[in-house]
Amino acid sequence: MTAESKDIIHSRLWEEEAADADPFTADACYCSGYDVYGEVLEHATYPEYLYLLFRGERPSAQTARALEILAIAIANPGPRDPSVHAAMCAGVGGSPGAAALMAALAAGAGVSGGAREVFLSMQLWAHCADHPAAWHEALTTPPAAGRMQVWPDAEHPPGFAAHGQHCSLPVRQTLQALAACCDGGCIGWLATHRETLELISGRPLAMTGLLAAALTDLGFAPAAGEMLTLLLRLPGAAAHALEQEKSGIRHFPFFALDITNDPGPRAGQ
Amino acid sequence: MGGCFPGERAVFRGHDLHAELRDADWLDLYLFGICGRRHSAAQIRVLHAIWVNTSYPDPRLWNNRVAALAGSARSTGILAISAALATSEAAIYGRQIDIAIADFLVRARAAVKAGRPLTEVVAEELRVSRGIGGYGRPVAKSAADERNAVVLALAEREGLAGGEHVKLAFAIEEILLAGRWRMRMNYAALAAALALDMGLAPREYYLYLFPAFLAGMPPCYVEACERPEQATFPLRCQALIYHGPARRAWAKHAE
Repeated sequence: MTAESKDIIHSRLWEEEAADADPFTADACYCSGYDVYGEVLEHATYPEYLYLLFRGERPSAQTARALEILAIAIANPGPRDPSVHAAMCAGVGGSPGAAALMAALAAGAGVSGGAREVFLSMQLWAHCADHPAAWHEALTTPPAAGRMQVWPDAEHPPGFAAHGQHCSLPVRQTLQALAACCDGGCIGWLATHRETLELISGRPLAMTGLLAAALTDLGFAPAAGEMLTLLLRLPGAAAHALEQEKSGIRHFPFFALDITNDPGPRAGQ
Repeated sequence: MGGCFPGERAVFRGHDLHAELRDADWLDLYLFGICGRRHSAAQIRVLHAIWVNTSYPDPRLWNNRVAALAGSARSTGILAISAALATSEAAIYGRQIDIAIADFLVRARAAVKAGRPLTEVVAEELRVSRGIGGYGRPVAKSAADERNAVVLALAEREGLAGGEHVKLAFAIEEILLAGRWRMRMNYAALAAALALDMGLAPREYYLYLFPAFLAGMPPCYVEACERPEQATFPLRCQALIYHGPARRAWAKHAE
């Protein structure tokens, strides 16, 4: 086997047919067997194609609608959200568009309100499902000291708000919309047991927990749920970065700083 | 921690950057920012050497390849290298391994001090984690790590190679070589041990290592930029080997 013949990529989701006389240009692309440009392009909705990419199967109409609801619910967490705020920091300074989205991904990736929290919450849903006793144990037992990871330790139960007092209206509205669209599953159970879980955890349900329940119902593994969360929150970050680039630094917060160990000006300054 | 007073001065961890710290070595300043402590010149030389000797400008390496591909696509150098550095926070090499081995060395040292035999500690770690990052390498499981002798010699010259964590790292290697695992200590374990012996905590060590692969990345980007556009690591359509479902019709399915 030559070195070149080893340089291949194995995939269960993508196949290409090369154009005649041009081995580097694809004439046809197939996603899990479906002709993307010949058929999917005209007949599928974006949520259907997104689901196909991640799951390898086209979704039912109900599943596609649930994914669409989720995508709308988290498309723009708003300019106060750390991920969007980070993107705006890039935008206002005129950084490249990719830097704005990289900033949004970094600030939106964490275990507190970010995609890693969705990952952790999905693990909880996989473990506890619709068993109140399992939830009670999971939410009241402090996490065992595990092996150190690059992620900082979680400081609140995943899926619940770090600081909120009540479950926010947008979270309740999204839950209602999803419950109306999907029968049973984690979402159906959450719709009737949300307040019980909030009582046990001592915190209101957050969008991360709602997302985790819905993504679990849609059949995504935690790693895929984490990736989708990162992906689906980018539209708002992009739009706000572009907006701030136009409005400029004079209209963007710079915040007051309290330096507790300031040595003060040098003599003569 | 600090802040800037435009036109006047900047404060860095309670010090005037342009007065007390203006002549600082960059790595010394970087570490001061991480842990609030200054390091000796000998320590800084060893910590510099840890970076220098793992700077491989090989564009095939997965993180470096990100920089090369970005260069091939004519992205900006900073985007290319930032993404390559973020990619270095990998599970089979790089930062996830680094923090795991630093954490294990700290836990193993505490366990041994508390009276547990090291063989037992190692066996438990292998049982729970199915491996110990810092021993064996994804690309050459049982080969000696070419970086270890170089950095160890430098650390010996600086009088910094005889610490407790370094001794422990070698003792673990002895156990892993004698057993069925046949795993040698790689650079991650030695570098972590040297840094822990200097007093860095695992999370401080992890942040110190952020630029560890950096110097090898710009050459990958520059080289790709010097080639024709989109000509670095090109893949033919035929290079995709498909194992998924057979071709099927979307429209027909919908009916």
